[in-house]
Amino acid sequence: MKRIEAIIQPHKLEDTKEALKGIGVDGMTITEVRGHGRQKGHTEVYRGMEYKVDLLPKVKIEMVVPDTRADEVIRTLVTAARTGKIGDGKIFVYEVAEAIRIRNDDRGDAAL
Amino acid sequence: MRILSVPTTGALAPPMPLRKCARSLTALALPLLFAGISLAQTPPADLEKRLADLDKATKSAQMAGDNAWMLTSAALVLMMTGPGLALFYGGLVRRKNVLSTMMHSFVLMALISILWAVVGYSLAFGEGTPFIGGLRYLFLNGVGGDPNVDYGPTVPHQTYMVYQLMFAIITPALISGAFAERMKFSAMLLFMTLWALVVYSPQAHMVWGKGGFLNGTLGGKIPAWDFAGGTVVHITSGVSALVCALYLGKREGYPSETMRPHNLVISFIGACLLWVGWFGFNAGSAVAAGPLATSAFVATHFATAAAVLGWMTAEWMVVGKPSVLGAISGAVAGLVAITPASGFVKPMPAILIGVIAGVVCYFMVSKVKQKFGYDDALDAFGVHGIGGTVGAILTGVFATKEVNDLRMGKAMGLVDGDAGQVVNQLVACLFAWGLAIVGTYIILKICDAVLGVRVNKAAEIEGLDYSQHGEEGYNFES
Repeated sequence: MKRIEAIIQPHKLEDTKEALKGIGVDGMTITEVRGHGRQKGHTEVYRGMEYKVDLLPKVKIEMVVPDTRADEVIRTLVTAARTGKIGDGKIFVYEVAEAIRIRNDDRGDAAL
Repeated sequence: MRILSVPTTGALAPPMPLRKCARSLTALALPLLFAGISLAQTPPADLEKRLADLDKATKSAQMAGDNAWMLTSAALVLMMTGPGLALFYGGLVRRKNVLSTMMHSFVLMALISILWAVVGYSLAFGEGTPFIGGLRYLFLNGVGGDPNVDYGPTVPHQTYMVYQLMFAIITPALISGAFAERMKFSAMLLFMTLWALVVYSPQAHMVWGKGGFLNGTLGGKIPAWDFAGGTVVHITSGVSALVCALYLGKREGYPSETMRPHNLVISFIGACLLWVGWFGFNAGSAVAAGPLATSAFVATHFATAAAVLGWMTAEWMVVGKPSVLGAISGAVAGLVAITPASGFVKPMPAILIGVIAGVVCYFMVSKVKQKFGYDDALDAFGVHGIGGTVGAILTGVFATKEVNDLRMGKAMGLVDGDAGQVVNQLVACLFAWGLAIVGTYIILKICDAVLGVRVNKAAEIEGLDYSQHGEEGYNFES
């Protein structure tokens, strides 16, 4: 099983969710995060004081999928979340040791 | 029976409408004549009693109107502190200090109230020396339902007392803007107790108390005009704030660390509550519901509007974007500056005062503070100290007998022809500055010796909400 972690632009969340639903991926966890890669932040001014704000709002989508589906999911994610500009985000893929459904003890791919 | 002989036919007859008028007059004249005869026949004693009853009823009606407005105003001014100022300041600090900042305002609503009832009111408004009141109103002795003719001839004395209490509450609350995020709560309570008695009551007495040195109407040697508290409230609190900021020192990490307002939304709400509440603050200072209250209401509103635009324009030109924080700060600056002038100036000068305050306070807060490097966290000095001083001086310029004829026809300010009034205003400012600086410094020294005024570094980094109050402002997970 693979955990696919995508950090994307917040305004691309709806498109990405729809696209994933379209290929039958139901389960995902979404978190609001802040961060940056090469994208520069901006400067805010409060009452004359300048503040460098380099932590930018992003959205993190995490999902665990069977090995066989990983490539398809990644391709769908990239197509849906890409704008072509710096700041689009990144996807990381991790190996998952085990998955368990809490309700009924299903294990492995059956739990996904 | 014809009373009036008006020809209705022939060459001498007046035109038709006039004839109709004459006929109506004739119809009216008869009953009036009979009424007049009846009245003239009433015995004098009955008439006396009716007039006396009418007199009492009129006075009662006026008191009802004035008292209704004054009690409303008192409530509005209390609302300025809680939640107005609490929200305004609360939103400007970091999340870990939001409750502590709001608590500064809230606990004063309780603490100052008790102090005022016991001795504060007496020290401010009781007759005593030109510099401090006496103890005649200790425990509110003698402060009851009958009016105090010197302060509010048409409202119960208690109304006046409780109205003034709301001013005594918000003044120290304003200082909290300077020591936010690092003052020890216990030390703050001691500080405020001493400050209320040593700085606020004396300044209030000098400007508003009977026999006060600076009182414009009740026997002051150097009469100064301060309608709603430019010197008493804003200069004392603003300058004391500067002393506190300098004495306590900068916050950990200031100015290199980013300390942005954590919730401008609640600051916005607070600022709007301040604007609305301020009508009680300024228009209520007329201690009546008549045309002077209206004039103060109007001057207040237009000055504030102008100050918003003034600050916003200055910021837009300097930084490139007009911030919401700037706009609401501009409003507060305008409200502060018009406070001493509100019952003395006309609407157009009020607008001018507003614009000047907006622009001057903008530069105080964005340039001067950075230049001198003091950590007046929420700009209590920049807005209240300086805004109050500007307003107090401009009051001497624009005060006019056309708005408030306290000198029975003689000039009130520069525009009337009395340039000397500006000097009087300066003297009043100096008194307020001096008292604030000396009084606050001594009180801080005492509090520091007894309790220590600043929290330790670990507590400050952890946040005052937890370290001083054991709480978190926002528990979104629960």
